[in-house]
Amino acid sequence: MTTAPEAPELHRGVRVGGWSWVWRPWTVLVTVVLAALTFLIFCVSIAVGDFTIELPAVFRTLIGQGERVDEFVVMDLRMPRALIGVIAGVALGISGALTQSIARNALASPDVLGITGGASATAVFVVTAGGGSAIGSAFGLSTAALTGGLLTGLLVYFMAWKKGIDGFRLILIGVSVSAVMQALTTWLLVLADIRDVARAQRWLVGSLDSRSWTEVWASVWIMAVLVVVVLVVAFQMQPMHFGDDVAAGLGVRYSAVRAVLLLCAVLLAGVAVSAAGPVPFVALVAPQIAMRLVRSPVPPVIASGLFGAVLLIGSDLIARTVLPNDLPVGVVTAIIGGPFLLYLLVRSNLRRAA
Amino acid sequence: MTALRNDAARLGAEGVTVGYADRVVLDNLDVAIPTGVITTVIGPNGCGKSTLLRTLSRLLKPRQGTVLLDGGDIARLKTKDVAKRMGLLPQTPIAPEGLTVADLVARGRHPHQSWVRQWSSDDADVVAKALHMTGVADLAHRPVDSLSGGQRQRVWISMTLAQGTDLLLLDEPTTYLDLAHAIDVIDLVDDLHEGGCTIVMVLHDLNLAVRYSDNLIVMKSGSIVAQGHPSQVITSELLLDTFGLQAKVIDDPVSERPLIVPIGRTHVVSKSDQEPS
Repeated sequence: MTTAPEAPELHRGVRVGGWSWVWRPWTVLVTVVLAALTFLIFCVSIAVGDFTIELPAVFRTLIGQGERVDEFVVMDLRMPRALIGVIAGVALGISGALTQSIARNALASPDVLGITGGASATAVFVVTAGGGSAIGSAFGLSTAALTGGLLTGLLVYFMAWKKGIDGFRLILIGVSVSAVMQALTTWLLVLADIRDVARAQRWLVGSLDSRSWTEVWASVWIMAVLVVVVLVVAFQMQPMHFGDDVAAGLGVRYSAVRAVLLLCAVLLAGVAVSAAGPVPFVALVAPQIAMRLVRSPVPPVIASGLFGAVLLIGSDLIARTVLPNDLPVGVVTAIIGGPFLLYLLVRSNLRRAA
Repeated sequence: MTALRNDAARLGAEGVTVGYADRVVLDNLDVAIPTGVITTVIGPNGCGKSTLLRTLSRLLKPRQGTVLLDGGDIARLKTKDVAKRMGLLPQTPIAPEGLTVADLVARGRHPHQSWVRQWSSDDADVVAKALHMTGVADLAHRPVDSLSGGQRQRVWISMTLAQGTDLLLLDEPTTYLDLAHAIDVIDLVDDLHEGGCTIVMVLHDLNLAVRYSDNLIVMKSGSIVAQGHPSQVITSELLLDTFGLQAKVIDDPVSERPLIVPIGRTHVVSKSDQEPS
């Protein structure tokens, strides 16, 4: 045993008053860059449209110093769409990070937990059975989808509960419920009138079209509350990556922590689905990419949220500008997310073979 | 049975009954862990030794009876306060891929931290000390998954030490290690004991248990059948009764402890010595 070791610089602390954290410059840098990128794409997304507003004019308008004309276009026409994109992206990213951390499985995501499947089935049911125009105003559809998604998520959650939540059990039950929901969706689409099918399909791929401020504000507030809860409780989640026994040994009441965070994940995914439809792959891919950018062994919550936003509004921007005939955002995120999922799967195959 | 609530015991159990579903594993069991020594729980597979350790570390909640830590009912203490007094290394901890040794050991400070105070200079000192005591300071920046089994086990013990407790519970710390690495890890445990730690562990290897423990708890079908210093406890009769193992107990040529020489069905030369004396 060595005495008086020359303490190697392992973890430097930052201290602000009575508050202190481990100083991780790379994590902070990546997070700040992602935040800046989110804001930039947000602004560009507002600038681009039927006619272009210069970026500086967008900035001026955002801080309330813009011209009247710009103000109307920016604040009333384009801002809701861009903002709902950011909210849905952040919600999906964080929801994915939580799900993957809790299940200790890179392939877990709210899609697997049945939230997306439940929302889709409900939305399609409303569109096809509700005779289209009667119930099917955009707001009614979102609310119905949100309710369906949450109920399915909670159903999976309670079925997976067996003296606490076990990762594998959760995923198995989630996959089963999702499969049932998917079958239900397909069945409804087969039976439905062809015009309703077109509308349902449009919703099913996810889209940021025609958003109102009412929807935006509702989402903003729910999101804000959930993010605060997640950030506070996530500190307790850190030892849980080492297994339940270690977490318990370190004084964490893991069952309670897991229950709260999983509930937050379900609600966040619900917010995203009601805001933007079942946008695929963002929740799965964002935490995995954020992990690699931050060089963290576990999904980083904040960076995952920010990358989710970048991916979602970035895809929306690409869909509206680069690609022809205004594709819905879900198609683009799937085009980016699908290959990445394959890359993850193939890579873990190769590693096992090595 | 050893007297409970004595000054020598910081940790103990009174009349605990523990079970899974409809199976009772420990039935109305009393035990006291003497302070400042290494206590090892041995017994055949399924005798409830891991269950006992998990009960003492409040991973399992007894149906009846109480586990006492420093004279208080462990179930009534705050989990965080228990974690400040007692370190635990379970059988199969998980290290996320790419996690560095330093980050893993630093997690041991969790019970002393809060959301607003996630890293203090105390934390840094204790972690550096824990890394040095376990001889893994040079590996601090390596990912845990790149280490050998023995090194990895040292790192986990290091994390438990970073908790800053002098009461450590180790569940089979030598499983999956070859003999050389097993000795290496147990030597480390002995160093910690010399440094003033009270250790409770479960071991499968009887000779390691005999060599390194000051106090053995021998279990069979959920009950404690013997407890005490290895020299007094280990006899060929006990081994036959408890483990169903035919063995000779001789003097260990390199230590002052007994040595167990198992007698199997084959490869035994001197038949005359086979019967336990």
